[in-house]
Amino acid sequence: MLIAIVVNRMVMALLTLAGVAVVVFVLLRVVPGDPVAMMISPGAGPADIAALKAHYGLDAPLLTQFWIWIRGVVTGDFGTSITLHLYVTEVLASRLQATLELAILALLVAVVFGGGIAIAGTLMRRTAGETAIDGLNSIMLAVPDFIWALALVLIFAVALPVLPLTGRIDPDLAQGFATKFYLAESIVTGRFAVAANILSHMTMPTLALALPLAAMIVRLLKQSLKEAMVQDYVLLARIKGFRELRLVLQEALRNAIGPTIALTGVQFTFLIGGTVIVERIFAYPGIGNLAIDAVINRDFPLIQGLVLLFGLIFILINIGVDLTVATLNPRLRHA
Amino acid sequence: MRDPKVVCAGGFILLLIVVAIAAPLVAPKDPLAQNLLMATTPPAGFPGAEPGSLLGTDGLGRDVLSRVIFGARVSLTVAFVAAGLACLIGSLLGLLAGFLGELVDALISRLVDVWMAFPPVLLSILLIAVIGTGLHSVIAAIVVIDWTRFCRVVRTETKSQAQMDYVVAARTIGFSRPAILFREILPNIVPVLIALLTLEMGIAVVVEAILSFVGLSVSSDTPTWGGMIAEGRQIVHEAWWVLAVPLVALFATVVAFNQLGDGLARSLDPVLRR
Repeated sequence: MLIAIVVNRMVMALLTLAGVAVVVFVLLRVVPGDPVAMMISPGAGPADIAALKAHYGLDAPLLTQFWIWIRGVVTGDFGTSITLHLYVTEVLASRLQATLELAILALLVAVVFGGGIAIAGTLMRRTAGETAIDGLNSIMLAVPDFIWALALVLIFAVALPVLPLTGRIDPDLAQGFATKFYLAESIVTGRFAVAANILSHMTMPTLALALPLAAMIVRLLKQSLKEAMVQDYVLLARIKGFRELRLVLQEALRNAIGPTIALTGVQFTFLIGGTVIVERIFAYPGIGNLAIDAVINRDFPLIQGLVLLFGLIFILINIGVDLTVATLNPRLRHA
Repeated sequence: MRDPKVVCAGGFILLLIVVAIAAPLVAPKDPLAQNLLMATTPPAGFPGAEPGSLLGTDGLGRDVLSRVIFGARVSLTVAFVAAGLACLIGSLLGLLAGFLGELVDALISRLVDVWMAFPPVLLSILLIAVIGTGLHSVIAAIVVIDWTRFCRVVRTETKSQAQMDYVVAARTIGFSRPAILFREILPNIVPVLIALLTLEMGIAVVVEAILSFVGLSVSSDTPTWGGMIAEGRQIVHEAWWVLAVPLVALFATVVAFNQLGDGLARSLDPVLRR
């Protein structure tokens, strides 16, 4: 049945992406601001403007523009960025890796932090320790990545100036990379000093993205674990004389983790959305930061490419989550 | 309703509303008055503090406390108007999707799916770029993005309510469909809606701050928390309070709306109340 789920989700995904494409295209064409007006020099005459418009295909009828754009997208051509004078695909391909590394690192940190605290809270249930975790977590749940990012700036820029405030890597170290996956590559090739430098740059943006998700994982996983801990199979294991930690990790966790995986997957898409503002705050050179510049500069082709890319990432994550949940749930697997 | 969380959070929001309305009376100084001779003086109690500026001054010598007080006006306006409109539109579509049968449901649900494929921050910035900056644009952007939150919840609630005996009974008696929808089902969804609305207000405050931070909200001569945060971020090494003060205000407001929403959800839900 997994194949049926995949096919169904793929068709839905394509429909959604097509919808996204139409919405973005229409939205950008009703903009009163003219992108060409922003790029010409003050002395340019009407003829220059017309020539520039023709160059970027902005003089054609809307339907023609849409057709040209869609035909390009299908063949992997997203057009040329108006402000950067580079192919949109090139720009995206050089920026996406930074965001992916950041988002995945943040996801890992959130799972480890959140999972660890949820397990600790389960072990401490009905004690003052659990009350403390619950109280703190109820506040953590309200705090978005934007506030975390700036709070971290205050802590690490003023009180404890040990971390670099901006960027992805010290400029003099950003050489000799074969890929744009700086962190993964420096670890794989054993350049640990470089990796440490990258990690110090990534610490604050990672924490800002990870902490809100960690708080959600704590709440849901602890709840599921506590429910699992009073089930008969845990009681049986307890009678066998298993230690408490083993009861939680070996008996309860396996049965309680399903909802948390589904939640983490959905929230991962929000985490990636959050990279937009968090990358901005830390001047981190990913696609999120790029997106804000693209919008401020009214760079139509770049905006269209970025939004479709974000949409595609979201859809892929959703499919991945559905598949993981279906694989883990025996009832769905045999349905 | 005697939940201390609800009382504290509600009290804080009420206080904030009063301060925002009475801003010209409460604020010690003109929030726009510049004084470059008194730029970046620290808050009271720190060396070099000026007696007149309790929470210090910013890079242009403007009084931080007065600016935070006036900034609350923008934040609260956005919180109430944007969240209210999003709630209205989202709930209406959710009620229709949940009640009018397969075709309408499929249409609205697909629309919600497409909508939610956009990263919210990106969509809001995109919208602002399209419709221009300003308070109206910020509110419009929040409504256009966040109606889906209400729509999804209300649709699910409506569907489950529509299965209940009292709806079947109303149908049997021969109530019209609008009557069933608005007089029978809607009142049973209101508690969920109020909690959701409160949570949405917290979200709206943050979105406004983010848009001000990026420079896409109201013009820079109106003090906003996000705008102050953006300035403070630039001069954080010289004057941390310019960032810290509006950030604490934002944090407290968001947490208060959140705790209030949580508490209301608990005390309005007959199952959880027990």
